[in-house]
Amino acid sequence: METMWIAVAVLAGMGIILGATIGIAAKIFKVETDPRIELVTELLPGVNCGGCGKAGCADFAKALVAGEEQPGKCPVCSQEAVSSIARALGIEAGETEKKVAVVLCSGDNNKSKVKVLYNGVSDCVSASLIAGGPKGCAYGCLGMASCARACPFQAIEIINGLAVVHPHLCVGCGKCVETCPRDLVKLTPISAKVHVYCNSPEKAPIKKKVCTEPCIGCRKCLKAGEEGQFIMRGFLAEVNYDNAPDTDITEKAACPTGCLKIAKNHLAIEQAEVA
Amino acid sequence: MSAKSAYKVVTFSGGVHPDYDGKDLTRECAITEAPLLDQYQVIVHQNIGAPPKVIVNTGDEVKKGQVIAEANGFVSVPLHAPTSGEIGKPIEVPGPMGTNVPVVVIDADGKDEWGELMPPIDWKNSDGDTIKDRIRAAGIVGMGGAAFPTHVKLSPPADKKIDYMILNGAECEPYLTADHRLMLEQPEKVLAGAAILAKSIGVENIYIGIELNKQNAIDTLLAKADEYNVKIIGLKVLYPQGAEKQLIYAATGRKVPAGGLPMEAGCVVQNVATAAAVFDAVVEGKPLIERITTITGTPVVKPGNWKLRMGYTVAQALELAGGVKENPGKLILGGPMMGFAQKSLQVPIAKNSSGILLLARNEVVQYESMPCIRCGKCVGACPMNLLPGTLSSQIESESFDLAEQYNVMDCIECGSCAYICPSNRPLVQHFRRAKAEINMKRRAQQKK
Repeated sequence: METMWIAVAVLAGMGIILGATIGIAAKIFKVETDPRIELVTELLPGVNCGGCGKAGCADFAKALVAGEEQPGKCPVCSQEAVSSIARALGIEAGETEKKVAVVLCSGDNNKSKVKVLYNGVSDCVSASLIAGGPKGCAYGCLGMASCARACPFQAIEIINGLAVVHPHLCVGCGKCVETCPRDLVKLTPISAKVHVYCNSPEKAPIKKKVCTEPCIGCRKCLKAGEEGQFIMRGFLAEVNYDNAPDTDITEKAACPTGCLKIAKNHLAIEQAEVA
Repeated sequence: MSAKSAYKVVTFSGGVHPDYDGKDLTRECAITEAPLLDQYQVIVHQNIGAPPKVIVNTGDEVKKGQVIAEANGFVSVPLHAPTSGEIGKPIEVPGPMGTNVPVVVIDADGKDEWGELMPPIDWKNSDGDTIKDRIRAAGIVGMGGAAFPTHVKLSPPADKKIDYMILNGAECEPYLTADHRLMLEQPEKVLAGAAILAKSIGVENIYIGIELNKQNAIDTLLAKADEYNVKIIGLKVLYPQGAEKQLIYAATGRKVPAGGLPMEAGCVVQNVATAAAVFDAVVEGKPLIERITTITGTPVVKPGNWKLRMGYTVAQALELAGGVKENPGKLILGGPMMGFAQKSLQVPIAKNSSGILLLARNEVVQYESMPCIRCGKCVGACPMNLLPGTLSSQIESESFDLAEQYNVMDCIECGSCAYICPSNRPLVQHFRRAKAEINMKRRAQQKK
């Protein structure tokens, strides 16, 4: 019986002594942190996407409090969240236009034929290292979802062998842009609704051989649009995102292959093809 | 001394060997000279390093052996016309790596006239640099597969002493017999080539490593080896016995440091076909315009070994071999272990095309990759003593930094691990990706 009480006393004594030591140490070695950092971190979305260029939301919060960044730099925050952070810190929100990622390719499995039987790792970088990938087009989407896996917001879906961005889910963090071995994914301003869904600067006959919906470089969109709304890169028309055309350009230009599309329609077309 | 004890038999640790190596298809087929073509499409960039600069224009008349593209920098070699004729319009054709590559088109005039040959060199009494310059001028690259410019290998920094010149006659790739036939039919070229290569860097010890499944080649070379002060080494029949670092270990017991070059172990390794090309260049003054290629596989009507000029396309080469009996399942340029699968028959033969291999439909397996079961077979098979299974899991979860710590960069991509893996994991493909990603990262850091 007595032995038991000794054990209790020893443990209780140790508890008191160690507890007191920790308490004193906490007082002496206290690290002063800015309470605003915690506040701002909570206001930020907390997905740690890295779209702001910082290591994560906490790192961005630190930079905000230090006055190195503006809240508008966060691509994920809604306008309200941005202004509430700005209010909390008493700084300016900072204006940055929201960006959305676009995969500039129309070549799904129906349109761009798979040329060879690929029996390997389902990853775009791996596939492109083997003879440039299984699809006929050397510039198009490989459809092995490297970008979709990199997306922290599940905004990219592989539909019928083609990566398609859901514009309402995309926040423009740019993670996908880095992963694509073909440099197909572009960050575009949200106001630009129309895109040329092709990335091949080759001549039209070469593109026609491998895809049914390439940009054939006919320049119809250039003529239909206002000056400077499109740029030619080789035999490929590209939207000039500094001066993006309106959605009615698709009707005016009447793109003969149909690769000039409104982002929303592009998604709908691909979804319909599968269904 | 009996023939058996005239050479020692050595090997390395790890490696695999398939039950069927396919060499009996072409082992007995003597080298045959391929007929002249009407047109040759010569790939401009056939060497590792900078692509040579084309110096001929459409409509120019060229002679056989004339320089059509000159070296562009130190790690680069010139390119020569495979026959006499007129230069056609430059075009792009599918290349061995799957992308389109520029070619020089030569419409043959049928005369096949040599231009002015380079003067023969009395190599026994000339200095190393003269020989090296000639090797370079003849456009010689490693003909085993890598196509690395030979003169670069022969130019170690002054502080690196080279003790051994090792010739690779292992031909450990299944199906290929081009080097075997070369050693059998032209042993003196190989031996003299070895001696010339050794002379160019002042090396006394010359070894030729040959796998024991080429006994007749060993005997043939052995009979004349003493004349050239060359030692023949028997190599256990094991893949990848002919890989540079494995061959060095087997022959000398030396290990090349991780990430290092053979010269750091005091060795230079050259393929036997390269040695024969060196002989042609130095003694006969002929540039490298043709090579021996094995055209083989069960679907091929008449498999064999052919002397092909650069610019023969795969389709034309297959025609020489009588075409195909059945619709093949796969076309590989090189051997089945390290060769590259092709998607076009219009790919031209290059200086490093050691074989054209067709596999029948039932020989090509479409497999599904399963998770690693940690059986460790790959660890036993890896000739570089890496942990392929562990590495592949790291790479699957995209931990490239971790893979780098586990020395993925030392992988020689021999494919032994993927060959032996019971889960059919595409291990080499994983490693190639990791290497690409790590190299990308290193380049980005260098830019900063």
